[in-house]
Amino acid sequence: MMQSLLSILIWLPIVGGFAVLALGTHRGGEARWAALAVAVATFLVSIPLLVGYDADAGTMQFIEQHRWIAAIGASYHLGVDGISVALIVLTTFVTPLVVIGAWSSVRDKVNQYLAAFLVLEGLMIGVFCAMDALLFYVLFEGMLIPMFIIIGVWGGPRRVYATLKFFLYTFFGSIFMLIGLIYLFLQVHTWDMAQLAALPLTLREQTWLFFAFLLGFAIKVPMWPVHTWLPDAHVEAPTGGSVILAAIMLKIGGYGFLRFSLPIVPDASQALAWVVIALSLIAIIYVGYVALVQEDMKKLIAYSSVSHMGFVTLGIFLSLALARTSGDKDSAYLGVSGAMVQMISHGFVSGAMFSCVGVLYDRVHSRMIRDYGGVVNTMPWFAAFWVLFSMANCGLPGTSGFVGEFMVIVASFAMSPWVAAGAAFTLIIGAAYTLWLVKRIIWGDVANEHVAKLQDINARETIVLLAFAAAVLALGVWPEPLTHLMDASIRHVVDQLLVVKAG
Amino acid sequence: MSLNPTVLLVIALAPLFGALVAGLLRNQVGRIGAHTVTIAGVALSCALSFHVLFQLAWDGAEPYNANLYTWFQVGGISAHIGFLVDKLTAMMMVVVTFVSLMVHIYTIGYMDEDPGYQRFFAYIALFTFSMLMLVMSNNFLQLFFGWEAVGLVSYLLIGFWFKRPSAIFANMKAFLVNRVGDFGFLLGIAGVLYFFHSFDYATVFAHSDSLVGKTLDLVGGTPWSAATVICLCLFVGAMGKSAQVPLHVWLPDSMEGPTPISALIHAATMVTAGIFMVARMSPLFELSETALSVVLFLGATTALFTGLIGIVQNDIKRVVAYSTLSQLGYMTVALGVSAYAGGVYHLMTHAFFKALLFLGAGSVIVAMHHEQDMRYMGGLRKYMPITWITMWLGSLALAGAPGFAGFFSKDAIIEAVGEAHRGWVGSYAYFCVMAGVFVTALYSFRLLYKTFHGAERFVVDMHHGHDDHGHHESGHLAHAPQESPWVITLPLILLAIPSVLIGWSTVGPMVFGDWFGGAIHVAERNDVLKELSSEFHGPLAMVLHGFAQPPFWIAFAGFVVATYIWLFNPAITAKFKAALKPIYSVLVNKYWIDEIYQAVFARGSIALGRALWKGGDVGVIDNVLIDGTSAGVGRIAATVRWIQTGYLYTYAFAMILGLVFLLGGLWWVVGK
Repeated sequence: MMQSLLSILIWLPIVGGFAVLALGTHRGGEARWAALAVAVATFLVSIPLLVGYDADAGTMQFIEQHRWIAAIGASYHLGVDGISVALIVLTTFVTPLVVIGAWSSVRDKVNQYLAAFLVLEGLMIGVFCAMDALLFYVLFEGMLIPMFIIIGVWGGPRRVYATLKFFLYTFFGSIFMLIGLIYLFLQVHTWDMAQLAALPLTLREQTWLFFAFLLGFAIKVPMWPVHTWLPDAHVEAPTGGSVILAAIMLKIGGYGFLRFSLPIVPDASQALAWVVIALSLIAIIYVGYVALVQEDMKKLIAYSSVSHMGFVTLGIFLSLALARTSGDKDSAYLGVSGAMVQMISHGFVSGAMFSCVGVLYDRVHSRMIRDYGGVVNTMPWFAAFWVLFSMANCGLPGTSGFVGEFMVIVASFAMSPWVAAGAAFTLIIGAAYTLWLVKRIIWGDVANEHVAKLQDINARETIVLLAFAAAVLALGVWPEPLTHLMDASIRHVVDQLLVVKAG
Repeated sequence: MSLNPTVLLVIALAPLFGALVAGLLRNQVGRIGAHTVTIAGVALSCALSFHVLFQLAWDGAEPYNANLYTWFQVGGISAHIGFLVDKLTAMMMVVVTFVSLMVHIYTIGYMDEDPGYQRFFAYIALFTFSMLMLVMSNNFLQLFFGWEAVGLVSYLLIGFWFKRPSAIFANMKAFLVNRVGDFGFLLGIAGVLYFFHSFDYATVFAHSDSLVGKTLDLVGGTPWSAATVICLCLFVGAMGKSAQVPLHVWLPDSMEGPTPISALIHAATMVTAGIFMVARMSPLFELSETALSVVLFLGATTALFTGLIGIVQNDIKRVVAYSTLSQLGYMTVALGVSAYAGGVYHLMTHAFFKALLFLGAGSVIVAMHHEQDMRYMGGLRKYMPITWITMWLGSLALAGAPGFAGFFSKDAIIEAVGEAHRGWVGSYAYFCVMAGVFVTALYSFRLLYKTFHGAERFVVDMHHGHDDHGHHESGHLAHAPQESPWVITLPLILLAIPSVLIGWSTVGPMVFGDWFGGAIHVAERNDVLKELSSEFHGPLAMVLHGFAQPPFWIAFAGFVVATYIWLFNPAITAKFKAALKPIYSVLVNKYWIDEIYQAVFARGSIALGRALWKGGDVGVIDNVLIDGTSAGVGRIAATVRWIQTGYLYTYAFAMILGLVFLLGGLWWVVGK
């Protein structure tokens, strides 16, 4: 069983998803329990992966390889290193929480809704395991389909606009990525990612490929200025869609940079690292200011996501530049580790924040900040969770939000104190938009009769928020297990970058 | 012999345990359970802290320095959680746990009627834990941990009465202003890691000399001394937490919190964390004369100019708050002239007498049914004698009356400034601390006279409703003020004892001796306290000498002026106000700093955010780039209409079709 663990992780939720779909629209109760069983089973299956993975080796493990489309050299080639394992476990952890979160808030076509999430889970796990570029690409595109459906069917009033925008953006980006991959394939006639990484390329070729990959992944992250699809998608998406989108799908962009841009086009990445670093700093600061003035809670958190994801791209490209120019490998490891920890942490924090918004939306049916105020008076336990997650969102030590940002900021000092200062500005602007939101939603006297009638969170909601809270605190108090899981793999990735490909 | 690590762990964790029980099981344990468990935890911490202090001070125990666990290990860089307990730490632990214990007991009386009773105990116990983690840290990372954690608890406590708009504004303001400080602090820590490749105090301080001659290229190719940049960044953190000008604006507003926490957090402990931090990092600060001069300048400015505001305040807590700002300035001045031991010593004495003054003010506030305005007080001494006497003792200590605790610490600082060689900054600082002495006496005695002496400016109105705390009419009380219960007066008495006496036995070793040992490092050329120690002939001689020194006469002048104006001739204040109108309006408006910050930073940021959002995101990116180039607005509209017919799955289908088409084409081209 261990030899095909990854396949089980991918196919269990997909097959389970279709089984849930087959239950039909009128058996919502059974569909919920079945979906929960599948999601929990997938989580349980991911535990042997976490335990069985040899973190000290840091190599690709649990490798599976089968013929797939032999005529064009594509194979069903799976494997994981510490980076993948962390992201896979994040996925299997969050999905059951989404299923529980949707328990009573989704009533329409429940089986289809839950099936979409399960299929999506399998596809996302596949993306994190794929060692074949074509397999990666197919899964990368494929996972958009369930997300389109989730937003398009169960979304808000402007869901069509949001879905269309989401579609145009991502499709635009991934087309260029596909062209880049095809170009690479034509050079070596293989899609094997390790072989693509070993392929010598001139700086000119690398530069073109760099921009192709950048477009594909930057939109996914999303980086400024290709981020404007995200707030609209979040606003229209149902709670579960927002949670998965923020917690996991955005991470695939950062993961793509690590798996494609850095190993395949390291020289161009180095030459153009400044572009990504500049865009990341703009994301952190500019988008922070934009978040400050949002009137819609979901938009605010969406912009906050963009700002936080800036640390991911900053950490990755900063480390690349550091490792290759100054040879400061320790700072480079720290930067990539910071980027990875930030991805995992943001998965928990943004998932929790969107879940919290969902709790309020289910009761009041408004996302507008002005419709709330003094929620702590009627929902004290909910308020405690909200404040905790807000503190994590502004990077308070002791919560997961601090760890990655701290690592990236201290690593960036090695490049320039100014870069560090730009990144550290999040301490101020992040706290400003988050705490202002807390002030307007949670604190104060009861603002209106909707707030007066609020009921505190029920057992089901408590489970979801408690699970997120436990993860946020555990990672904040003791990040060593996570950093150790990824450390050897990250060193491997960084050391690989030192190869100069362009003759 | 050595310290027992288990004891240290218990000291830190006992308050945390109390906080968790009182906070998470608040309904199960009830009010009595909550205060019992938190007080027991803090009392245990306090007793063990004294034990540790005695072991270090008398039994000759070695300082303890070890890691508890690895926080992360990435490549060659590691971060840990661990304890460093030397005499500096032990002194801080005793101050923190003792004042915290007093405040815990006091809270039983002060928060008696509050529905958030258990929550309050959970917060202050959590604060004690965070503050202990801060002072007991053996590395920069954990220091920052504790630093932000106390900031969080401060945020929660300032906003404790979350229904008050002023409270929830003040707590956000406090957090954000502190974040500006933390911004600098974090950059300083990043600089430390960059140059030393370690977060560990011991490693960094042992190699601090390696920073000499290192530079950073910041602006236009001019090399900046790395030591100066790092120390200034770290000091920005201290400025936030210890409320130094221009980051002082949050502290007066923090008075929105309940009085016990004003005493604990915003006077005795948290706000002194910046002072502690700079003293701890003395090996780094000693490398940069420039940084020390900046520290000195800002400290001196804070000491004088915030004290001046205290003279015109009418809210009894705000007077004490501005006094705290001013005294923090004194401590910072001491750091600036490398008299770290003097600064830390003033931190300790100030913790006792300022906690006393705040708790005394709280006792008055309880007696006045939550009236804080001194214009409606007066003549309270006959109603509440214990509060009255202990407040006098605290004020005498604050004003530096010879023999009281504050005398020893403040006099040492003033003499150190006089002795230091710091050019014009030194002269400016000397003027500020001297003038500050007068100001301190003026506002201290003003407070006493307006509160406890003179005519009663309130009426006892028996017909007045009893249950109208929030909306009462100023100057009307439902029944006569009375002395507070023992849970309130006992902490006052227990704090009054060290406020009066602690200087006699401690000033010799702690300020003029080498009590702190290796915990504080002063370069030979900067060591003013060592120069002064040759003139120190015991505390009695210092007291007698003190009577002949300018600070005493300046303070005495302040006392006389205050007595003349506010005890004998209160009507004259109106004339002063009229005659000195421009100065008065500058002070009463606090130099308009709040208004400037509000306009520039708060409203400016919002305006900038709007401009970036509406102009950048919506205007340029969405309207021009996305909708403009992808398909044209009209096309999008048409597509939307088409989509809205219900065929959403078309997307999915189109995508798959596209993909199959592409791959099929590829197969056809390559597969042959």
